[in-house]
Amino acid sequence: MNLTLKVWRQNNAQAKGQFETHQVVASEHMSFLEMLDVLNETLISEKKSPVVFAHDCREGICGTCNLVINGRAHGPQKGTTVCQLHMRAFKDGDTIVVEPWRAAAFPVIKDLMVDRSSLDKIIQAGGYISVNTGQAQDANDIPIGKDVASQAFDAATCIGCGACVAACPNGSAMLFTSAKVAHLGLLPQGEVEAEARVQSMVNQMDEEGFGMCSNTGACEAECPKEISISNIAMLNRQYMASVLGSKTGV
Amino acid sequence: MSWLTKFLTSSIGRKLIMSLTGLFLILFLVVHLAGNLQLLINDQGSSFNGYAYMMTHNPLIKVIAFGNYFFIILHAIQGIMIALANRKAKGSKYAVSTNATASWSSKNMAILGTLILAFICIHMGDFWYKMKFTDQLAMVSVDGMDMQVKDLYSQVKNTFSTWWLVLIYLVGLATLAFHLWHGFQSSFQSLGINHKKYTPFIQSVGKIFSIVIPLGFAIIPIIYFADAMEWINYFS
Ligand code: HEM
Ligand code: SF4
Ligand code: FES
Repeated sequence: MNLTLKVWRQNNAQAKGQFETHQVVASEHMSFLEMLDVLNETLISEKKSPVVFAHDCREGICGTCNLVINGRAHGPQKGTTVCQLHMRAFKDGDTIVVEPWRAAAFPVIKDLMVDRSSLDKIIQAGGYISVNTGQAQDANDIPIGKDVASQAFDAATCIGCGACVAACPNGSAMLFTSAKVAHLGLLPQGEVEAEARVQSMVNQMDEEGFGMCSNTGACEAECPKEISISNIAMLNRQYMASVLGSKTGV
Repeated sequence: MSWLTKFLTSSIGRKLIMSLTGLFLILFLVVHLAGNLQLLINDQGSSFNGYAYMMTHNPLIKVIAFGNYFFIILHAIQGIMIALANRKAKGSKYAVSTNATASWSSKNMAILGTLILAFICIHMGDFWYKMKFTDQLAMVSVDGMDMQVKDLYSQVKNTFSTWWLVLIYLVGLATLAFHLWHGFQSSFQSLGINHKKYTPFIQSVGKIFSIVIPLGFAIIPIIYFADAMEWINYFS
């Protein structure tokens, strides 16, 4: 298939970026990233600088690949990361516009690659359990209701890709933060620190310059792991409960 | 920073204020509409004028009215501040924008709100200001009161006989409908109220509310205008 790509090129966070147009011949069996590899091979053989984009596992589990394709974070296919998006989702002759995640808290490193360490800082602020919780069999020894386990697991599928922030018109990281707070706080090992965790993670989220949640639902629609915004309601609830009536005095 | 300041200036605290003030304004809309529907009683404005007198003189209503002014101002200022902060947090815009993932209303709450604020100013200039701060309104007697009261009813009749004022009201109410289309259910989500048992219900009520309430307000200028144009004979 013959494609016209309009790719965002930007040298660094301060530089003013612009689109660059390229023609690419791809097969519909390629993943979107493989199609970009083809483009880069051509650019390298022409002694031009390849388009920088982030990727790692290429199997939909690491959250490193992040592109906005035709205005959609991770492209047009629901519940799919860019690396798992295949060219059969497009038609021969299509023009495809590729942009980086856009949010003040995600400065561009180069071209399509952004710095998402602001999400790491939210995790560092409280997205962990302070004690060693042992191995899998130790966890399996603790009886947990199926519903709670499922809810925690659904939240735990968040891969930290930042598509929620990218899709949000406010650049808000509420879906990400709520997924982490829900995943850790719902299980007994994480519940102990839940009250302090929710406050420190929300404080850090605000500090990093993410926006406020207008409940537009764009995050949920674009999340490759289909994390529900009911987690955001839970985050709101837990944050208020923690500030107004914590048992631990935080 | 005290824990309270920190709470109220956090992202979630600021949205909590939006939500609570928004819900208060929703409640106000219901009461306001219930009062206004007396304009449709065919008694030459007697019950409406009596009601308007009570609303401007009852001490309890006066306290609630001040709460109402305060909450509208708080909601508006807070809303605009949030919208500005969010624009900064977004940084730059995408070259390709899509409406596939979020409703138009939800993304334009600040524009809708600013239009509503402009409408509220026009509306209050028309009635509230003339009623409270001028002697432009004639004095009339009403059933069941042994004193004369200001004739707000005739002012309403006057206003709604001018086509462009009626148009402003209809546009203002349509704007309110769009604001509520997203705002009603959003305020519950901000409060952390989301459960598969009742969230679908809240969402349906929100959609019905956002149509029925503005429509209820809109009926009044429409009927008054139609009567003034003698398209219908509502009041005679
Ligand atoms: C009768 C008038 C009004 C009613 C009933 C009303 C109601 C609401 C409700 C229920 C919400 C949802 C709150 C939430 O998301 O938690 C909301 C949001 C909002 N309102 Fe209003 N509102 C009114 C007037 C205004 C005015 C005058 C402005 C002025 C600019 C305004 C600006 C906003 C903004 C910007 C938001 C979105 C905040 C966000 O989620 O980012 N509203 N409104
Ligand atoms: S919530 Fe979804 S979109 Fe947001 S970081 Fe996690 S996986 Fe990505
Ligand atoms: S490269 Fe790991 S999720 Fe796409």
